[in-house]
Amino acid sequence: MAVMTYREALNQALREEMRRDPRVFVIGEEVGLYEGAYKVTQGLLKEFGEGRIVDTPIAESGFTGVGIGAAMLGLRPVVEMMTFNFALLALDQIVNSAAKMYYMSGGQYNIPIVIRGPGGPAHQLAAQHSQSMESYFYHVPGLKVVRPSTPADAKGLLKSAIRDDNPVIFIESETLYAVKGEVPDDEDFLIPLGEAVVRREGTDVTVVAYMGMMYRAIEAAEELAKEGISVEIVDPRTLQPMDTATIVGSVRKTHRAVVVEAGAGFAGMGSEIAAFITEQAFDDLDAPVERVTGASAPMPYARNLERAKTPSKDKVIDAIRKVCDARGS
Amino acid sequence: MASNVITTERTARASALDADLAKRLLYDMMLIRRFEEKAAEAYALGKIGGFLHLSIGEEAVAAGASSVLRPDDYAISTYREHGHCLAKGSDPRRAMAELFGRRDGLSKGKGGSMHLFDKNSNFLGGHAIVGAHLPLAAGAAFAIKYRGGDQVVVCYFGDGAVPEGEFHEAMNLAALWQLPVVYLCENNRYAMGTSLDRALAETEIWKFGRAYNMPGEPVDGMDVLAIREAVGRAVERARKDKAPSLIEARTYRFRGHSMRDPAGAVYRTKEEVEREKLRDPIVLFRERVLGAGVLSEADVRALEKDVNDLIDEAVAFAEASPEPPVEWLLTDIFKEGD
Repeated sequence: MAVMTYREALNQALREEMRRDPRVFVIGEEVGLYEGAYKVTQGLLKEFGEGRIVDTPIAESGFTGVGIGAAMLGLRPVVEMMTFNFALLALDQIVNSAAKMYYMSGGQYNIPIVIRGPGGPAHQLAAQHSQSMESYFYHVPGLKVVRPSTPADAKGLLKSAIRDDNPVIFIESETLYAVKGEVPDDEDFLIPLGEAVVRREGTDVTVVAYMGMMYRAIEAAEELAKEGISVEIVDPRTLQPMDTATIVGSVRKTHRAVVVEAGAGFAGMGSEIAAFITEQAFDDLDAPVERVTGASAPMPYARNLERAKTPSKDKVIDAIRKVCDARGS
Repeated sequence: MASNVITTERTARASALDADLAKRLLYDMMLIRRFEEKAAEAYALGKIGGFLHLSIGEEAVAAGASSVLRPDDYAISTYREHGHCLAKGSDPRRAMAELFGRRDGLSKGKGGSMHLFDKNSNFLGGHAIVGAHLPLAAGAAFAIKYRGGDQVVVCYFGDGAVPEGEFHEAMNLAALWQLPVVYLCENNRYAMGTSLDRALAETEIWKFGRAYNMPGEPVDGMDVLAIREAVGRAVERARKDKAPSLIEARTYRFRGHSMRDPAGAVYRTKEEVEREKLRDPIVLFRERVLGAGVLSEADVRALEKDVNDLIDEAVAFAEASPEPPVEWLLTDIFKEGD
């Protein structure tokens, strides 16, 4: 174990996988000479050279398509989106080329590609640089979607994503790059895609949350613990495939559920999680599933408005109280 | 005078043809034509559904280009790709079965007319979002260069892709990184119903090569030998120098955009279509090789019979192939780990 930042954990994962497998290469804007807009690829150009750390012009659709075409011939590209908001320019390539190729070729051409970069709320980056993009992707059959909340998860999940034979959307966060945590040194430390983790055990209510919202949930849980409310926190880590069993299992124990997500609520991740909890554990619930979501507004710039847009610790606390007050019969 | 010069040139070129090459080129063009005529019949009978885009009139491009490729080279194309797939060496029986949506189809019945894929012949697929496969072609060429190979990629696309941003992104990346890819535009003058001059500020498509420092040239898309030569030069550049090219083959589709536009009559005149049919690439080449004595009438009749027999067999094969089992709905979505 070593203590390192989330950014360093990603860098280590890339480095280890590139040493392990010569088919792995990194391609994107400013990944080489500039060492990454957020320094995730720091030092990689020096170790692996221009052949494998490929700087591109600003052409998201073009270089994503290059990655997919290279994957058709068996390479394993890691495409960096400087921010995931820019993936909208490559959405056709991701959805129509990467996600469908294996299926529409009748199982001949799988696309082992990772498309990674930061997304979600950050620090006053305003409307076009702060979107929670996962909902654009997890709806598409053929894509796996990962949102790693901790440095250890960042490493273990990125390594699994690179070794996966399918397209993986891997969305990090600007707000987490400097977060520190313990990370296993083992070069074969892998966290399988599709496994949720219980971050904190509790008995009264299950809170499902990932990324920044997971940290808000921990703050809320610590505060509520003082009042004797015991909160269990489940972090799905992978949104597609979703580990429904772990989440439903937790709800069966606590009988209450709150889902927190940064993005706008309508048809969001919380809708899906609330739906499968209701389908699979309705009789176990003592209260309706509560959702805490981002406001249905573009991300504003002003600091106070930005704070109001994204779920806060207080909103999470309110939701937990609400489901706990609804004392089941 | 000028026409005499051209005739002499053509005769000389045709004379340099050996009978085997003449047979191959003629066979490939006739095979594509017959395949699509039979597909159109099956479509009319409701045996093929969805969209069916025919390349009748454009066969010389696929046949000429494929004749300079090695089996381990790659080709990638649009939704009007039957000819490119067949000329690359795919089995017409399995291609037809794919059009019929059957389990023995090239893509197991999951792709259809617009999505023929064949790993056996290095055919990287038919792609139906206009322009989107041009970056994929650059990516395949990137992979070849990454591995130090000497294969090339031929990327067929229509004039309709040229106004798309991905054409320009792909051209820039291929030239910037010197990738072994040949961008081969089949300019049939209409993107669906929109004529070239209603779509492009520069209608001489090969000239876009200049903007990207990429060698480019126009070629008569109805002359299979001219295409063979132009693509041959581009393939050499790609193989030896790892340099991309842009070729504009000027061709014409005799049928409508798809079977839902059978006549293509709204946006072009009957006279224009009839005039273009005089440039039928199969008729022109047959006359040329017969005139030059490279092939005899008997040779041509024998080729025709082979083609007709094979396509009849392909239709019978497609008809006999079962529908895909319903369990296949949920397979091939994710590849399981090895």
